[in-house]
Amino acid sequence: MATVDDFRRSELVAGIVSSINRHATREARFMEFCGGHTVAILKNGIRQLLPPTIILTSGPGCPVCVTDNADLDKAIALAKLPDLILVSFGDMLRVPGSCSSLQEVRAAGNDVRIVYSPLDALELARTNSQKSVVFLAVGFETTAPGVAASVLQAKQEGLKNYYILSLHKLCPPITKVLLDSGEINLQGLICPGHVSAIIGSEPWQFIAGDYGIPCVVSGFEPLDILQCVDMLTQQVAREEAKVEIAYKRGVTPQGNQTAIKIMEQVFQPAPANWRGVGEVADSGLALRPEFKDFDAELNFDFDPGPTKTQKGCICGDILRGVKTPQECKLFRKVCTPVSPVGPCMVSSEGSCAAYYHYGEDNER
Amino acid sequence: MCLAIPVQITSINGTEADVRVGNIVKKASLWLTPQAKVGDYVLLHTGYAIAIVDEAEAEETLSLFREMADKMEDQWQQ
Amino acid sequence: MPPIITTGKTMRDKVLLAHGSGGKLAHEIVRNSFVSALDNPILNPLDDSAIISAEGRLAFTTDSYVVQPIFFPGGDIGRLAICGTVNDLSMVGAKPLYLSLSFIIEEGLLIKDLERVVASIKETAEESGVKIVTGDTKVVNRGSADRLFINTAGVGIIPPKVDISGHNAQPGDAVIINGTIGDHGIAVLSQREGLGFATKLESDCSPLNGLVAEMLEASNAMRCLRDPTRGGLASTLNELAEQSRVSIRIEEDRIPVREEVAGACERLGLDPLHVANEGKLVAVVEAKDAEAVVARMKKNKYGRDAAIIGEVREEHPGRVVMKTRLGTSRIVDMLVGEPLPRIC
Repeated sequence: MATVDDFRRSELVAGIVSSINRHATREARFMEFCGGHTVAILKNGIRQLLPPTIILTSGPGCPVCVTDNADLDKAIALAKLPDLILVSFGDMLRVPGSCSSLQEVRAAGNDVRIVYSPLDALELARTNSQKSVVFLAVGFETTAPGVAASVLQAKQEGLKNYYILSLHKLCPPITKVLLDSGEINLQGLICPGHVSAIIGSEPWQFIAGDYGIPCVVSGFEPLDILQCVDMLTQQVAREEAKVEIAYKRGVTPQGNQTAIKIMEQVFQPAPANWRGVGEVADSGLALRPEFKDFDAELNFDFDPGPTKTQKGCICGDILRGVKTPQECKLFRKVCTPVSPVGPCMVSSEGSCAAYYHYGEDNER
Repeated sequence: MCLAIPVQITSINGTEADVRVGNIVKKASLWLTPQAKVGDYVLLHTGYAIAIVDEAEAEETLSLFREMADKMEDQWQQ
Repeated sequence: MPPIITTGKTMRDKVLLAHGSGGKLAHEIVRNSFVSALDNPILNPLDDSAIISAEGRLAFTTDSYVVQPIFFPGGDIGRLAICGTVNDLSMVGAKPLYLSLSFIIEEGLLIKDLERVVASIKETAEESGVKIVTGDTKVVNRGSADRLFINTAGVGIIPPKVDISGHNAQPGDAVIINGTIGDHGIAVLSQREGLGFATKLESDCSPLNGLVAEMLEASNAMRCLRDPTRGGLASTLNELAEQSRVSIRIEEDRIPVREEVAGACERLGLDPLHVANEGKLVAVVEAKDAEAVVARMKKNKYGRDAAIIGEVREEHPGRVVMKTRLGTSRIVDMLVGEPLPRIC
């Protein structure tokens, strides 16, 4: 059985790199949508293996990073309510909101807990029946089906104290917004592997069809990413534009239909606020009316306060692929992982954090 | 947050499975992949199995990489 | 094992506030639970201070231990408290001699748990050849301490001509580790609630003074020694690079990591380079002695997996770079933030 290590084997690298070099006759800029890909690229020094004609640009695929201050402020306000446990993935704790962070709110004595899974949040609801448990639901289509399943499970069990604050967002709509903006000039898209494991490769069709941009769905190991770049490079060389799957062991064209059904059963498309972009129609997920009993926004009285943005922070530009972390005046000087100004420096998938940790001369 | 790792299902109890990666054992929910069987490899993300890993495709992809490595060597030798 | 305290009152299986008050109950716990286990001629008088003599350059260190949970696979807070201080002394080349031992106990801690910790302290002290010569006990209200905190301070003697410091690394030197990284952090994590995985992995918590003594016999060109505890190997290498104003280049292929640790780190999104160790040391030694030192280390039970993992360079002082398995390079940064709180 092929293991994860097999997709990291150094002796197989040269073969793929050789193929990329043969086909990379034109200059091409590819965007890796997903923050997980940005980290994998930097951690493995992938750019050092590519010819100078290929440029890789980071995209908006970090659900923590694209969470707007106004939305984070809602979570912070909820956390301050009495008899309420605010439950979140770890990454969100240190992200600065307008004036505070979940970490600060926790240090002030409020009940904020880190979990790995919405199932942990469900368990907290079961064992703390006197309190309300609100799960801060951040994530793309990889995560939303699991959260949806947790709501269904809560309903099945008759849990009355489990709530979701949905900040879920969808990937294809934001990609369309970025392409329509005309700010970036892409010759290929490295499509997120695990989002696509859920939604399939079909939803990316419009990028190849309407915009003429090659798309390849990629896995996260170094060989996966190199294979993806090779396939994109070949499409560019042949002047083709289609959607291909490199990550065949995890992704099919139709995706995971069960997961999609569960997600659609519980959630409906809704407008969402994207950091650096603003509101985008039908790019987020909100609980359907029949699940309103689980909706934190409808069941609690809280005031997030006025929204403020951090001066000088260009996370928004970085997420749109328009600027790199090195072009930010605050990068390394003021904004560091110890004292972050924006979420891109905090999140484990944030571009700024990845460049900071793994090195700028790793970059082209 | 897109972190998902391949793990193997060692036993199933209703909608819950015991999964293993190396010597680490953990529980996973099969709500999203109810068709998964014991012995299957699945991608585990935030406590849920989000997809079944297609082992045949995995092997094929690796074969492809090996072919590319061989092809490159052949070209050097020419 | 010392007897459980009995004075005819109820609740004698738990530590009470009165045990820390300096009165009769306090004397009992000190005599029965501590002194009888740690018995030695310097401790036994139980005067306000221990009287010790030592000649030469003295090394002196202290550390506090707040690890949670207090019992974990492969060790406990007691073993940690001895090893941590013994190792800090060893890292400057000192032979550890005497330790102080202070307890801050949360009211309600089971006496049998306290005695289990003390037994572990006794065993580890004996293995390291150190004597515990003075101590203190305080008991605080429930909620004011998490079961048990321990502080140890230690004194040792540095042999003449030994000069080991984080400032001594020079370009061309070899960088050596004595075994697998990340074991302690993952073992402790595996015990914590809610992290949901079971592994047979044990903490590597061990006293390294014996190993260090042998390494010093194998080479008189030992430049630096440091134990990569909190922050992991990455943080330690960055500290050394900064202090010595050099860069360090390591190779991913050469760094020993157990499969279970690598797997757990994958699962949790952690980098083994950033995970705490409690039985590991990094040595920087002149290149010509590196092989001999490693060969000697492998003969010691705490050095079986010793390996040369990299070298010291001149360019980019303060930077640590790693050659990945793919042959590319990336920076190895210090740990930022606190993904693993209360690890030691």
